[in-house]
Amino acid sequence: MIPGNMSNQEITKVQELIYSTRVESVMASDVIVIDPSMTMSQVKNYMRENRISGAPVVSEGKVIGIVTMNDVIRSMEEGKLDSPVTEVMTTDVRTVLMDAMVAEVVNSLGRRGFSRLPVVDHDDKLLGIVTTGTLIRSLLLQMDKSFQKNEAEKLYTYRASHIFQDISSDDTGLTLRYFVNERDFDNAGKASSLIKRSLQRLVVQPQIVRRVGVAVYEAEMNLVIHTDIGGEIVVEVRKDRVNISTVDHGPGIADLKQVLQPGFSTAPEWIRDMGFGAGMGLANIKRVSDVMKLTSDPGHWTRLEIVFNFGPDHLLPKAELEKSLTRGSQ
Amino acid sequence: MNIREMIDVLQGKVLVQNHDPNEELPLGGAADLMSDVLAFGSEGMALLTGLTNPQVVRTAEMAGINVIVIVRDKTPPPETLELARDSGMTLIRTGYTMYEACGRLYKAGLPGLGPVKMVNDSW
Repeated sequence: MIPGNMSNQEITKVQELIYSTRVESVMASDVIVIDPSMTMSQVKNYMRENRISGAPVVSEGKVIGIVTMNDVIRSMEEGKLDSPVTEVMTTDVRTVLMDAMVAEVVNSLGRRGFSRLPVVDHDDKLLGIVTTGTLIRSLLLQMDKSFQKNEAEKLYTYRASHIFQDISSDDTGLTLRYFVNERDFDNAGKASSLIKRSLQRLVVQPQIVRRVGVAVYEAEMNLVIHTDIGGEIVVEVRKDRVNISTVDHGPGIADLKQVLQPGFSTAPEWIRDMGFGAGMGLANIKRVSDVMKLTSDPGHWTRLEIVFNFGPDHLLPKAELEKSLTRGSQ
Repeated sequence: MNIREMIDVLQGKVLVQNHDPNEELPLGGAADLMSDVLAFGSEGMALLTGLTNPQVVRTAEMAGINVIVIVRDKTPPPETLELARDSGMTLIRTGYTMYEACGRLYKAGLPGLGPVKMVNDSW
């Protein structure tokens, strides 16, 4: 299956793929099937029309046999073209489960000499078919995809990590702005996820990225859960720190001391059912950040400011930076 | 303990696979409170939870968690599965309750964080 001139890394990639990919993602699902009522003569014409060299014989969704061009030739030689397919087909069919790993298929197709394997679900119903052709096509496609993803991520990281060197000023800051809608639980956390990824691309130290992620996610959930009209998150990345502020325009907080008490919460029951609203959000933010400041004008606005200092070795050292940039190609 | 061994111990089923089954899990944790996950979740921890909404995946992502085990054989909604696929999370389901799933894993050698000291009234 594997061409001889591939390098070691590429073989590893193929091996990784065949041990981590499930059969259902490499099968063809538009299977051409043979009906048990067909004669061998009909099978011959049907296979020629569809340009296939074999197909499963299927009754009520289940594979009861498999018939190949060899069977057709044999029945021609023996003058049995009028026989029903069920008399000629192979009934001891080897199938493969949809959630089996591709490695199992490679083994059967390669060493045991099967040319096609019907794919079935746990009730033995036919879902698709794998052949060497479908296998190679989908593995190549996946390798290409993962290669392109790697390259793209490398390029993004390369471009982003150079911003502080490439732009000349006395103090460069990069501002990222995200809008968060109230009660929009489908997208809640999306901004935090994007912020985390952006900081990774800027090659901020992983421990700091993690702390920022926790704080900004709690803050984002607060905007989703507690505000009337959503709010915005502004992240300013500087050479030596990240400043984060979340601002919303209502309803504001009457008693700032009270909301800062761990365990205090105004979240309704349904929010608690989702695993939120335990009154730990601000406590978490306080714990992971270097500076946290909460201000509010009741009835009007609330503003939360969070600062993370990078310390002297804020961005990764140059050697580590180089390593993280070349990692993708190895 | 690696992912494969954990699945064996829990008689679990993989719902979304994004990691090599041989990947080692340094420790485990369990919570139904997302703020708890953010508070004590640590890099590489396997998270056991009874929640199935997409926020579980987001929360885990923020806490640096890669493997989530859903207890009591709950079926997560399609949005959760989709988000897990997109964000590189491995999702496993087990029929055991939270208590028993944790007990089995701990007994089989998957450690926890040890005593956690939380500074409560720090302001």
